[in-house]
Amino acid sequence: MTAVHAPAAGRFVGQAVPRKEDPRLLTGRGRYVDDVRLPGMLHAHFVRSDVARARISRLDVSAARSAPGVVAVLTADDLNAAAGPMMPTLFVGGAMGPGAPLVPLAPGDVRFVGDPIALIIATDRYAAEDAGDLVDIDYEPLPAVVDYETALDGGERVHPDREGNVASQMEVPVDPGLQEIFDNAAHVVTETFRQHRYSAVPMETRGVVANWDPYREQLDVWLASQNPHEARLVFSRVIGLPENRVRVMIGDVGGGFGLKSFVGREEQVVVLAAYRLRQPVKWAEDRRENLIASAHARIERVTAKVAVEGDGTFLAAHVDHIDDVGAYPIGGGSAGAMVALFFSGPYRMGRLAWRTRSVYTNTCGRAAYRGPWQMETTAREQMVDVVARAIGMDPLELRRHNVVRRDELPYTMPGGAVLENVSPLETLEQAADAIGYATFRREQAAALADGRLLGIGLSLYVEPQPAIGPYANEPAHVRVQPDGRVDVFLGSGAHGQGLETTTAQLVAEHLGVDIDDVTVHQGDTESTPYGPGTGGSRSGPMLGAAVQEAATEVRAKAFTIAAHLLEASPEDLSIERGVISVAGSPQASVTLGQVAAAAYLNSAALPAGIEPGLEVMVRYKAPAGMYSNACHACTVEVDRLTGAVTVLRYVVSEDCGVMINPNIVEGQIAGGVAQGIGGALLEHNVYDPDGNPLAATFLDYLLPTAGDVPDIECHHIQTPASTLGGYKGVGEGGAIGAPPAVFNAVADALALVGGRITDQPLTPARVREALG
Amino acid sequence: MDEIPVTLTVNGRRRVVLIEPRKTLADTLREDCELTGTHLGCEHGVCGACTVLLDGEAVRSCLMFAVQAVGSEVTTIEGLSPADGSLSPIQEAFRQCHGLQCGFCTPGFIVSVTAFLRDHPNPSDHEIREGLSGNLCRCTGYQGIIAAVKMAAEGGAGVGVAASGGAGGAGGAG
Repeated sequence: MTAVHAPAAGRFVGQAVPRKEDPRLLTGRGRYVDDVRLPGMLHAHFVRSDVARARISRLDVSAARSAPGVVAVLTADDLNAAAGPMMPTLFVGGAMGPGAPLVPLAPGDVRFVGDPIALIIATDRYAAEDAGDLVDIDYEPLPAVVDYETALDGGERVHPDREGNVASQMEVPVDPGLQEIFDNAAHVVTETFRQHRYSAVPMETRGVVANWDPYREQLDVWLASQNPHEARLVFSRVIGLPENRVRVMIGDVGGGFGLKSFVGREEQVVVLAAYRLRQPVKWAEDRRENLIASAHARIERVTAKVAVEGDGTFLAAHVDHIDDVGAYPIGGGSAGAMVALFFSGPYRMGRLAWRTRSVYTNTCGRAAYRGPWQMETTAREQMVDVVARAIGMDPLELRRHNVVRRDELPYTMPGGAVLENVSPLETLEQAADAIGYATFRREQAAALADGRLLGIGLSLYVEPQPAIGPYANEPAHVRVQPDGRVDVFLGSGAHGQGLETTTAQLVAEHLGVDIDDVTVHQGDTESTPYGPGTGGSRSGPMLGAAVQEAATEVRAKAFTIAAHLLEASPEDLSIERGVISVAGSPQASVTLGQVAAAAYLNSAALPAGIEPGLEVMVRYKAPAGMYSNACHACTVEVDRLTGAVTVLRYVVSEDCGVMINPNIVEGQIAGGVAQGIGGALLEHNVYDPDGNPLAATFLDYLLPTAGDVPDIECHHIQTPASTLGGYKGVGEGGAIGAPPAVFNAVADALALVGGRITDQPLTPARVREALG
Repeated sequence: MDEIPVTLTVNGRRRVVLIEPRKTLADTLREDCELTGTHLGCEHGVCGACTVLLDGEAVRSCLMFAVQAVGSEVTTIEGLSPADGSLSPIQEAFRQCHGLQCGFCTPGFIVSVTAFLRDHPNPSDHEIREGLSGNLCRCTGYQGIIAAVKMAAEGGAGVGVAASGGAGGAGGAG
């Protein structure tokens, strides 16, 4: 690890402290949703469509209903009429685009393989699955809409009540001024890039346990989720209960990567069923369901046209984007507008016009996945290399020539967003230096002389952290208890990010206590403040700032009380591991516990005008723009005989502002990069032309193993953000930067022998074909 | 299907459970023995999250029936920590090297690595990557896990060093 422009690390902030979460997770004491067991708990199993599009001509559940252990078999006739609106997220109908006509269970027709038709509730999962086999369904198959690129042309509609298959569309057309730029440019380069269907695939699948508590007259829901408070609202809406009669509890969550940001259809159906039966019901998604019916991502196409001056200066771009949102996208599905608006990324690109369209198909719905609009980077960074080859310029030089420099900040992007506190040139140079760009070019030439194909790929991007709608503020509640220990209540839903640790580091630093004296609470809607959960790489800038502000305010109040107790001035006080002392006379001291005891238990001891209690709740409001940035560089070897790609070296230069915990930062980067490498080379939710999913197990959907992921070298530039503390987001970047870096390296190797490739994944067969 | 009494030895303790003969070892451990540290990530033997030791050998408990474990010693993640609640050297190395994030795959890795380091006390980098390739992790990119296995091997975790929780050092993930 190297760090440039590093602010001085604090005693706790900036230190690679071991995580507070780890002891329970390492010893098998974590509590994930499938570990929740309630007395009398029943188990749910979904009977799903085997065909992509069909009318259901007969549905007979009588045999299933009388099977051993079965308590209920529910179909659309039983559940749909009683259900409220099924809105998986507050974003629907807003910034994230369209909502599909979602209902609990398929009512008379099915629209993708995996569409839930019936729900079996039984005394155990084995009995429920046995009964599922007894459900008798006759289908009248209909032609399925499977290829999103032709879905707009055919007459078949995914949703009969919609006019066509367009889920949403937006356009900023080419105006005469922009047309003139294209007409007069020295070069106009056009290329089409396709990204294939791959998905989040957390190791823990989705799951829910729901129970009506007759004593408190409330619905208790345990959920695998990134977002407890939104889930509570979603469940209250679909059941028709007031929000304060629903309690959502999230324990440990086994990864999410966006899939668990929004509440899926199945979770809503299971909660409906538990409420209807007034019995506890558990559903644990199995891996087949997860791979074919949870949510997919990435599948999209960009045709980019870029006008370039003779010296390589980018003048203007046009982006035509289309994505596949499946039958029932979750949380809006498409991020097309963001793909277009951020297409220029870290470069000066003059003018930008664009069109984006989202289309329904008879496939699994689209949802957010780590960097939901990373196609802007995937397409742009490939395009930069395509332009470089077209005009005969080295891709590193072309990037250097066009990248936005520090002295140009704040920089208004052609899409309208304003970049500030970013360092794209610095990360580009750091990554190029670390991977030995110039040396590699010599090695590449020498290897080619020996008949071997090596390639190098760069990927440079800025990553906005969303601050719209529910993401625009973040709560933190810091409470000192009368014994001096600290409870922190968050609106987050961490699922591997280590927020219990980084929050404790921030509180230790800014309140002045020991990390071990801080307990962090999240995930229970009964005790935590309303918040937007964990997603969008917002925890660094938003949650970090909220916690820091709350901890700092608590310390200020503690000092006011302590100064009164010690007959000193607050300015003369300092705090160390929970002991407040007077500068110059260390024997004059009081513990934070004594201050808290006075605050809660002895109001008469407080200075005039000071409210009793020692706790602060803040809601940090997002600034207009929050950006982190990074450059990825990797080298590959392409086997000319087999088409196999081996990643030789992988380097990341990341600017996520001030690092709270470098281990966690680098863990986030490495995990994202591994997902990006997996996406570029291995992972693919394949459908056949009839809409049958072919990757339904881990033997077909290939996740990268320890043998596939190279050593990932991390380097850091730390440009503080404008937010309190200067922290930036780092959760998604790895998965944004990696696919085009790998892609460009392979394309670079292929170009040595005149090969060209624009489609993913880079399987041996596809690479072999490109070699000609 | 009728339930039958089955006697298992799990983490050194005799357990009598009333289960259907078709019940997997993984489900039996989780539901009937209330040992939920064994996780289910795929239920078809690929991801390794459900790995347990059967007479010392790492096996996938989702691919076995519980009745097949009769007469054998089953060791789960709950049986690998010292009784005083501290961490084993391998667990401590995972913590020091940030070898886990969400923690879901972690018990399977800890169990697999325990068997691996016993059989390969001084593994090469290649052997470590090969040895880990039967367990899937979606969070870490394996960087911290590989570092943790190296640290544990260097600390002698594979040759029966007493569990002291003191692997030491401050490993980085990158």
